Amino acid sequence: MPKTLYDKIWDDHLVHAQEDGTSLLYVDRHLVHEVTSPQAFEGLRNSNRKVRKPNLTLAVADHNVPTSDRSKGISDEESKLQVETLEKNCEEFGIKLFGMDDKRQGIVHIIGPEQGFTQPGSIIVCGDSHTATHGAFGSLAFGIGTSEVEHVLATQTLVQKKSKNFRIKVDGKLSIGVTSKDVILQIIGKIGTAGGTGYVIEYAGSLISSLSVEQRMTICNMTIEGGARAGLIEPDQKIFDYLKGRPMAPKKENWDKALDYWSKLKSDNDASFDKEVTLDGKDIMPMVTWGTSPQDVISIDGRIPNPDNEADEDRKNSIERSLKYMGLKPGTAIKDVKIDKVFIGSCTNGRIEDLRDAAKIIKNKKIAQHVYAMVVPGSGLVKQQAEQEGLDKVFKESGFDWREPGCSMCLAMNADKLKPEERCASTSNRNFEGRQGRGGRTHLVSPGMAAAAAISGSLDDVRKYQN
Amino acid sequence: MQKFKTIKSIPAYLPIVNIDTDMIIPKQFLKTIKRTGLGKNLFYEMRYNEKGEPIEDFILNTSPFNNSEILIAGKNFGCGSSREHAPWALLDFGITCVVSSSYADIFYNNCFKNGILPIVLPEAKIKELSEYSKRKEEIIVNLEEQKITFGNNEIDFEIDQFKKKCLLEGLDDIALSLEKNPKITEFEKKLSSNRPWIFND
Ligand code: SF4
Repeated sequence: MPKTLYDKIWDDHLVHAQEDGTSLLYVDRHLVHEVTSPQAFEGLRNSNRKVRKPNLTLAVADHNVPTSDRSKGISDEESKLQVETLEKNCEEFGIKLFGMDDKRQGIVHIIGPEQGFTQPGSIIVCGDSHTATHGAFGSLAFGIGTSEVEHVLATQTLVQKKSKNFRIKVDGKLSIGVTSKDVILQIIGKIGTAGGTGYVIEYAGSLISSLSVEQRMTICNMTIEGGARAGLIEPDQKIFDYLKGRPMAPKKENWDKALDYWSKLKSDNDASFDKEVTLDGKDIMPMVTWGTSPQDVISIDGRIPNPDNEADEDRKNSIERSLKYMGLKPGTAIKDVKIDKVFIGSCTNGRIEDLRDAAKIIKNKKIAQHVYAMVVPGSGLVKQQAEQEGLDKVFKESGFDWREPGCSMCLAMNADKLKPEERCASTSNRNFEGRQGRGGRTHLVSPGMAAAAAISGSLDDVRKYQN
Repeated sequence: MQKFKTIKSIPAYLPIVNIDTDMIIPKQFLKTIKRTGLGKNLFYEMRYNEKGEPIEDFILNTSPFNNSEILIAGKNFGCGSSREHAPWALLDFGITCVVSSSYADIFYNNCFKNGILPIVLPEAKIKELSEYSKRKEEIIVNLEEQKITFGNNEIDFEIDQFKKKCLLEGLDDIALSLEKNPKITEFEKKLSSNRPWIFND
């Protein structure tokens, strides 16, 4: 029977299947961070269990770390304890950790690919829903809960039931000023936040294969915002070139063997999908969210929707609730919405190409006077690269704050957060109520759009600033 | 894990769709290194004002719902972050059963690891059940028979049989998987010859 890429990866990792389909899958790569792991290690200790394959796990502290000067350590006592607990656990169980002062430290979904730990055809898990990011390499990557983290540590396997296959095809070309962030926002707007529930999504089509490796990561990253646990893309030469020579990528004869295996990773031509959606690149505009769910999205030329036009009662109520929270009126042009802050960073858009995109727009311009804007590179290595290219100067000269790597205001667990009713153009992935700080109002955009908003002081069209 | 027993309780009804795990337990409470103690912060931003005082008309702050063991909510419950702190907070508050027309996958799985039963029912049935919340009447959830009883009515619900067994018997997932140790070892042997680069890091 013809198989999809997801089917093939599944079959190659099947340790055991019960009659009812409940399956035990082998996990090749496990990423760990400080927030969702302490209780898992505690569980191992309480039941006297060991980590089965310590060198298949890589740990990093990212959610809680300060993005200002780190020489004084972490001032928040609880955050500090959590980061120290990770350090102790990694030492006790023999797991490799990138500590806070390691150049390689950064957001877990940025460092995996950067180190070559993320590889095609593998099963990658992490106690974090944005693990879907790694699917850009043609791996089956998904978020798990803390009990499952403990399960993987103890057994190097996971109990799963198979999802259905969903293909999203995007053909054509991206218009100027439009990025993969806009593609995924448009997709989520189309399928809804639960559109992918129960599915694994394969992104395909000529537009997808024309994207760079980093742009693909942005798409897969937000798969979970469409309800699917995993999203993947058939790996190609761009992926292999990206991985070659990375510290944890296969070496010598293993590289050749891996390449041979990776090259065969694709859905069969006649494989069937349970659900399919098609988009055309020419219809994709720069997008921005107006509400409190990533599906609440419009193009930058659009207006805030009117709940009275909604027939569905639930939808109407949720629009009303969102607008109230966001402090917005139906019918307002989104371009007329003034902002207070700009955040460029996160595992969605905190990589070097994202910073280059934003820097291109911001160069030789000043940000609006009432705006506070920050760039938080996704990892120490991204930061280093950006500084080598002089991007830090471009940002600083225009009025941006240039910070240390971490999750930062994507979820506001550290000191970086919005105050109540503050409005932010953010390159992150979630605009939930309170996500960037209690009462904070988030508008999700691409890095270029965030830069444009910083200059204009209100949400704006990046195409206006395109040279 | 606690074995799942039949529940008799007045359900609390939260008629909001897409309740995400950030809403269930906001990030400031994720700094804990324990599983317990999160109940007081469940739905924190809806439940307390900026000064940290309880918001009087929020359902879980009012009697009898402050003792509810069953939560009825809008569709796509538990979307967003994978934080298992969400089911931990529900459990710590005393909620061991959630009823909705749909759930996000990760949250759904996390429930079972913590002895919480997430029931899926069609929207119409949810509306019917929510009346019992409004009238402050008890309903009974019986997992063994896959039945919810309310007044003179009964609704059957579907559930994966393996998950049901684990809940009823309070089975430890890891112990079950460790019984398959020989199979895992055999798989690893094959793996080291078929995809040797996996272990070579
Ligand atoms: S950057 Fe944001 S979404 Fe990504 S891992 Fe960190 S908190 Fe999660």
